[in-house]
Amino acid sequence: MPADITPQTDTYSDSEMIQSVSRSTKTAFGSALITALVFFLAYASQIGSISSGIPWTFNAQWVPRLGVELAFRVDGLSLLFGLLISGIGVLVVIYSYGYFKSHRSHARLQWLLLAFMLAMLGLVSSDNIILLFIFWELTTITSFLLVGFDHENTKARRSALQALLITGGGGLALLVGLIMLGQASGSYLLSEIIAAGPVITDHPHYPLILGLILIGAFTKSAQFPFHFWLPNAMAAPSPVSAYLHSATMVKAGIYLMMRLHPSLGGTEEWFYTLSIAGGITAVWSSMMALRQTDMKLVLAWTTVMALGTLTMFLASDLRIAALAAVTFLLVHAFYKCALFLAVGNVDKRTGTREYDKLGSLVRHMPITAFVAVMSALSMAGIPPFLGFIGKELKYEGALIIADNPWLIVIVAVAANAMMVAIALTFIFRVFLGGQSTITRAPREASALMWIGPLLLAVAGLTTGIFPDLIAKSLIQPAVSSILGTQTEVTLSLWHGVNGPLILSVITVAIGTLIFFKLTVVSRAINNLVEKLPLIGDTAYESLLNGTQLLAARLTNRLQTGSLSHYLTIVFSAFVISVAASLLYYPVTMDFTNLTPVTPLSALVVVVMMGAAIVAAFSNVRILSICALGIVGSGVAVLFLVYGAIDVAITQLMVETLFVVLIATVLIKLPRFPGQQHPGKAGGLRDASIAIAAGVVMAIVTLGVSLAPLDMTVTQFFEDKSLTEAYGRNIVNVILVDFRALDTLGEVAVVATAAMAVIALLKVRVHPQGPQS
Amino acid sequence: MNSLIFSTISRLLVGLMLLFSVFLLWRGHNEPGGGFIGGLVAAAGIIVYGLAEGPAMMRKLLRVNPRILVLIGLLTAIVSGILPLLQNSAFLTGMWVFIGATETEKGLALGTPLIFDIGVYLVVVGGVAGMVIALEEEL
Repeated sequence: MPADITPQTDTYSDSEMIQSVSRSTKTAFGSALITALVFFLAYASQIGSISSGIPWTFNAQWVPRLGVELAFRVDGLSLLFGLLISGIGVLVVIYSYGYFKSHRSHARLQWLLLAFMLAMLGLVSSDNIILLFIFWELTTITSFLLVGFDHENTKARRSALQALLITGGGGLALLVGLIMLGQASGSYLLSEIIAAGPVITDHPHYPLILGLILIGAFTKSAQFPFHFWLPNAMAAPSPVSAYLHSATMVKAGIYLMMRLHPSLGGTEEWFYTLSIAGGITAVWSSMMALRQTDMKLVLAWTTVMALGTLTMFLASDLRIAALAAVTFLLVHAFYKCALFLAVGNVDKRTGTREYDKLGSLVRHMPITAFVAVMSALSMAGIPPFLGFIGKELKYEGALIIADNPWLIVIVAVAANAMMVAIALTFIFRVFLGGQSTITRAPREASALMWIGPLLLAVAGLTTGIFPDLIAKSLIQPAVSSILGTQTEVTLSLWHGVNGPLILSVITVAIGTLIFFKLTVVSRAINNLVEKLPLIGDTAYESLLNGTQLLAARLTNRLQTGSLSHYLTIVFSAFVISVAASLLYYPVTMDFTNLTPVTPLSALVVVVMMGAAIVAAFSNVRILSICALGIVGSGVAVLFLVYGAIDVAITQLMVETLFVVLIATVLIKLPRFPGQQHPGKAGGLRDASIAIAAGVVMAIVTLGVSLAPLDMTVTQFFEDKSLTEAYGRNIVNVILVDFRALDTLGEVAVVATAAMAVIALLKVRVHPQGPQS
Repeated sequence: MNSLIFSTISRLLVGLMLLFSVFLLWRGHNEPGGGFIGGLVAAAGIIVYGLAEGPAMMRKLLRVNPRILVLIGLLTAIVSGILPLLQNSAFLTGMWVFIGATETEKGLALGTPLIFDIGVYLVVVGGVAGMVIALEEEL
């Protein structure tokens, strides 16, 4: 994968580049930064009351008839996510300012980051599930735009589309699931659904609701078998990857599972789906991470691994599992975001992210190296970092979850051991040791670009040493939200020598072993991957190609460009659908009350029939057109006979204009070309369709005119036409007064059609390209 | 079409048809007629003229670009609907003035439905004539 920003642009000093940043970029940056800061401070100011169990709420009507209201509710879980989104948002916005500098699309990036952040904050703060869904989709759309930020790159466009299709498709399932959830529980408010307790799990539709919602969550949070879009989304610039595809958006699915844990969790379906999907995701993606040499891809796969681990722990309804999930969520946000940004710095200054080509970066980029090493240690779960506490909690949870814990323990240890190996590779092959093949010595990144990752790395260390800083204020309220009951949480770095600690020692030992045998291990994994059936990306590819092939074939079948083909389809569809409903609801016809046939109308009808036969059998176009005109005029005469003068005049005018218009066109065309003649079989087919359409239409018309008519409306028009609308011509009064809105719509259609016809006629298609 | 007879007759005919179309528009509220029929008659007149004299003369006769005519018509119809909004009535409610009203006679009733009908007339004339002009010019 190429570097997402070419390092050649990096020839000026930072201060010069910052000065050349355009005003629109500065506006965008300022808006994003201030918004992020305001939200962060607003969330932070609520820590006190929310951690004591009082949520912040806001309600306003939006679409009351559909039960959609602007209901926001920030409890412990929302608060934790809100602080992460806005806090990391501040750092990423600052970082991006240094990363993109005078890049021509910098302003667009900042606005998109801001839009994404607002959507994400809305998602985690929504109390109404439809509102939540809307924000959910907004994050999908902003993610699409951000992954495809470098839209001139084919790979970026493909990845953006893939992310959109997968998460958008999951979103559709989620919408149905949420509506069913709302119907089943009788409320569209999350707080009420959760307060009602686990009633949904007894509902007959529970398996379907759970399945649909989990498809939404799994696609968004890149769980097996939907995991493959996330590594591909790394086509996005580094700060975007750090923010969306590691720290925040991909955790939306995790958030949803945490949020609905009290109502949907606690069943066997929930437990097995989440633990199996999460377990497969965690092991598979940590193996994938080991075989990559692009550091950003390594981080992408470890992110998938983290999401899998979180899902696996959310399977259980034990307190310790929820505690492990929340703590690990925080740990991961700190170290992974910092690592992504550090890799972004390396990429920016050296032009590569391949760790084979890099080495001993600490000599040239000391601050970036410091950040990367600290974060990698937290990722590996080494004390005294917060990562250690997170990992100990995971092991403690794994040891007591379920009847048969060993599978979960093995998954957790294996995944973590591979994390240790990856962390050691980062530390000793790239930042502290190893040989660089870069010719030009890289410089340290600008302050804008190391301040964010540094703060995150320091946060990982500080909260590790002083876990009480977050235990009661952030972790405990979030855990309480997941479990649906108030719980007490204490975190400490040192637990004494116990099961988790022994597992930790084993993990580090295995991880170190993998690190030293990395080439052997990655070759083994590559062999394994080649033997496995193709899943994920390949399946997506064939599904997409298949759909496009099907669409192309269908279009070719239907859009032949032949008018007679279209008419065949239209009239056949008409005959079949109307005849079917006529068979289903038979028309009863009572011929006793018919008005007698007058000689005049009989004559007109005979003329019309003769003209129709001429139209059908004539070989001369202009004759067919004139014959059709006679048929239409005959209809006008019949209107006149039965007293509908306005309709008769209109019909006559329309018929006249129709003949003139068609004649104007047809007179320029050659005689009926021989090859278009349908032949004997074709003629028979056309005739039978025409006759069937005529018969069906006749039955419908007769049925309608013989049915007893409700005269209420007619009576109303007759009574009110003169007294209220001051007109004696009821037809016209209906057109311009009683039903004027209909007429306005029709006139608009006439105007649009005329514009379209004029525009189409003015477009000239030149086979040899445009001529001037 | 180079026919002296047709060309001479068409000039007479177009004036009559245009006049008749306005007559139809005007009387439409009480007798058969109205904006739609009037517009069709006017368009037919213009087309007869165009068949004899060609599309350039049709444009000259119309004076306004037919597309502009369509837009003016549409706007006229919408404005006639917006006027009653100023009176706090619903969109498209008829508003009336009575000219020469006495104790017993209502007099001549003029209202927004007439403005609306004029809009319909203009849309039909502009739309149909515009399509035929475009056809004549491009084919």
